[in-house]
This record gives sequence, C-alpha cells and structure tokens, in this order.
Amino acid sequence: MSIPIVDYLVLEPQPHLVAQECTACKAKVFGRHNACPACFNEGFDEYVVPTTGVLKTFTIVQFAAKGIPVPYATGIVNCGGMDVAANITGVDPSPEVITRGLEVQLTTFPLGKDASGVEAIGFGFEPV
Amino acid sequence: MSENVWILGIHMTPFGKHADKDVLDLASEAALAAMKDANVTMKDIQILGYGNLMGGTQGQSLQKQIGQTGIPVFNVSNACATGATALRAAIMAIKAGEADYGLAVGVEKLSGAGLLTGNTAGALPENWTPKGRQGAIMPLDGRIGTTGMAGLFAQIGLAYNDSDPRADFELFARIAEKSHSHSTLNPNAAYQNKMTLEQIMNDPMISYPHTRSMCSANCDGAAAAVLVSETKLRTLPLEQQRRAVKVSASIIATDPWTDGNQELADVNTVTRNASRDAYEQAGIGPEDLDLVELHDCFAAAELVHYDNLGLCAPGNAIDFFNTGATWRDGKMPVNVSGGLQSKGHPIAATGIANVWEVATHLRGEAGPRQIEGAKVGLAHVIGLGSTAGVHILEKSGL
Ligand SMILES: [Zn+2]
Repeated sequence: MSIPIVDYLVLEPQPHLVAQECTACKAKVFGRHNACPACFNEGFDEYVVPTTGVLKTFTIVQFAAKGIPVPYATGIVNCGGMDVAANITGVDPSPEVITRGLEVQLTTFPLGKDASGVEAIGFGFEPV
Repeated sequence: MSENVWILGIHMTPFGKHADKDVLDLASEAALAAMKDANVTMKDIQILGYGNLMGGTQGQSLQKQIGQTGIPVFNVSNACATGATALRAAIMAIKAGEADYGLAVGVEKLSGAGLLTGNTAGALPENWTPKGRQGAIMPLDGRIGTTGMAGLFAQIGLAYNDSDPRADFELFARIAEKSHSHSTLNPNAAYQNKMTLEQIMNDPMISYPHTRSMCSANCDGAAAAVLVSETKLRTLPLEQQRRAVKVSASIIATDPWTDGNQELADVNTVTRNASRDAYEQAGIGPEDLDLVELHDCFAAAELVHYDNLGLCAPGNAIDFFNTGATWRDGKMPVNVSGGLQSKGHPIAATGIANVWEVATHLRGEAGPRQIEGAKVGLAHVIGLGSTAGVHILEKSGL
C-alpha cells in the first residue's frame, strides 16, 4: 500500500502531476479551488502536467524545519508552460550542479511508512 | 475632490533590542513622540490604524496606555505590509472627509525570534490522512518547496529578468554590502557595522544565495505617524506647515493572478502595479525621486524592485546597480537607512519606519546621512501573500 504526499501527485500507471485547468480561460493551479483566480469561472478540468521541464529558478536551503535534511535544493520547474514548485533531487545540492536552465524530469521516492504500514510517496525533479 | 493628506508628525524608535520594554511601551513611545512632533494629543486624533503582527496587541491596548477616547480603530494584519496598511487606513479616513487627524502605529518585538522563515516544523502523524486543499498527508515545507522567506526571495532574485545568469551570489552580496555601508550613518539601525564583501559572502549560508547578513534582521521597534487633512493643516502655524510632508500617493495593492504565482509568490507584478498607480496619483515619475526606501527583506529582493519601481529601464537592474546609482552618493540613493538587512525589520513597524526615513530627509533632519536637497521620496513595502504598499512623499513648498 502506498499514498502520494499530495493528491495532485498521481502514482498510477506512471507517476505524474495533475493540475486543475479552468474550463474558460485555461489557467492552471494545483489543489482544490472554488473558482478560477484569473477569470472567476467555476469549472475546472483535470490537466496532466508534462513530466519533464526546465528549472527556472532555485535555492539551496541550509536552515529548515526540524526533520528536513539539509542542505536541500528546491525551485520552480516549468513543465510545458506550467510552473511547478518542487525539490531538486538525485544530485548534489550545490550551486555548481544546480543551475538555471537545467533540464529535469519527475521522480518519486518513499518518505516512510505510517503505523499501519502504508508507504508515503514524495516527488521531486532530477536532472534528465 | 478628496482631501489631500499630510504627515504632521512622525517618529521611529531606535531599532534593536529593547529588553526592558514591552510591545506597548514601544508603541506608546512612537505614538506619543509622533503626536508631540505634530503638536497634538489623543484628544485631536479621530482615527487610529494599528498593526502588531506577531505580538497580538490591538490598537485598543495602546489606547489603554495613552488615551481611551472612543475613536474608531482599524487593527490591520497584512504580513510585512502591516504598517503601510495601518497608515493607508488613516489616510483613507482623512481623504474621505471623515477625520481631520489620524494616527497610524506599527510595532513589533522580534529580538531573538530567529530567522524570518515559515519553517513550520511538523511531527509526522501516526497515520497518513490527506488534509486540506492539496490532500497533504504531512507538512510540505521542505518536502515540496520551501516556505522559508530567505529561500523564497532567493528564487525570486535568481529568476530576475528571465533568470539572467548575472543575477548571482556575488551581485546580491554587493547589494548587501551597500546596505551595511549605509547603516554606519544611521544611529537608529539595529546593526551599524560596515561589512566587507568577503565577510558577507563567508557568513553562514541560510538559503543560497542568501547568507545571514543578506537577510533582514529581526529586532524590536515601533514607528508612528500623525496624518492631517490639508484643510486643517492650512489653519496651523507656518512653521508646522513648513515641516509637514505631503502624502502625494498612498497605494496598497494585492497580487493579481499571473501564471505560476500560486507556486512562487509574484512580488514583481504587485509592486509594478502599486508603483504605477502611485506615480499616476502623485503626478510624478521615478526620475523625480531624490531617494527611495524599498523593501529589501533579502538582498535579492532589492534587485528586482529597482526594476519593479521603475528606477531603471526595464530589465536593466543589474547594470543600474553596477553603475553605483543606488549608493547614497549615486543618482538614485536607495535604502540610505541601511535597509531591512541592517536597520532591521520589526515587521509591522517597517511600513511606517520607511516613511519616517523618507520624511526625515525631506524635512532636512536626517543628520549625517541626509540626502542634500531631497524634495521627493518613495517608500515601498512587500507583505508576502502578497501585498505591496507604495507611498510617495513631497517636501512642503512653503
Ligand atoms: Zn479562468
């Protein structure tokens, strides 16, 4: 048994992210919304976000919340026109490695099991 | 035609550690000094705008210390734009003709509060249960992005001008070098020591490319302003009219929808909109400004706001900074107070403290850090969420 860290991460058949796309103006957002922040329309369709993208900007966090290993890299990945906030994983979190314009792809990894043995699955982006 | 509004009295307490004073001591000190500066008492004040983001006090708590007169209070909470919003509330009441005198107060006690970050640590739950609008099963900070302010503004800075590679660690450190250099002339700054580029870059890294000395300094402080309608001002002694500072524009704007702004805060568009409206309201342009206090909560933020406030040609903030324009002897002095990185950032006080700094220069009362002949200035703040506050101030022509 496994469960995604957020409901916009869909694990099957292949891991991917699903955004809410306004049926009127096509604005895309993650998570439940009552109406479109761009045009106020109340209808959304599901939008499958491309699993590859380009790192637009980043930071390497040295001081973080308890339980979060540091340093870690995080940034904004532009996936086919949609910006996605995510950690950059699978590489040394250093400014020599992580640069703007880096081509990356979605990846998932286990984050631990709860008391009933269900595995939490997180996501990040790693260099292609 | 709505009323013009002027600052009649204004005060900022020294920023730093005030171990022997509580929030209400600091708020009272600023409010009483601003009223003394304006030659008014609580009896004259008809509206109070009050902000104390982290301390939980209300304007009513302040009134119980300095005068319970029954006037309306607007308690505001707008992140780092709280002080500017309190000011705006008092200004709106005067503009609307509902008051001749208003008081705005911002206060915070943050010494020892650590870094300005979200960093909401979370013990993991026993069972994974999706919660909230994203169905999160655990705290997301650090697992999907960061809510730490140093990291958010790092990303904003590194994204400058389509992720211009020249917007780098050393450039941001040189901006912090300017701030720390300016602070040496400000006796009210929490940190008044000069720092070399090397010291700044070798300071502990908080969130690349922001080291500790490139982050706003948590501290204690308060600021307060007495506002007056132009009609009332013209009945006051000439000397008071001469020292009064005109509020030529007072704008609060929130972040409009832009692609991706729910993934990374877009502080650019909101600041651009606020400054555009402010210049239009004041009938002046950025070329008319003699000094600017902008919201340099982190070094990278200062760079993007050169552009957002129209201080340079679009996309040209890096070259603009490299010409030395924003140093105190440059053509567009920015943050001659030392800015939030060295003057300090007692959150709710900041939006009035920036106005105090500009007003003090326009009055010619800034002492050794005076920008000579300053006639027009701009004060800007950003509150994440997001809000931009822009106030344009002009010296009296009398
Ligand atoms: Zn829409």
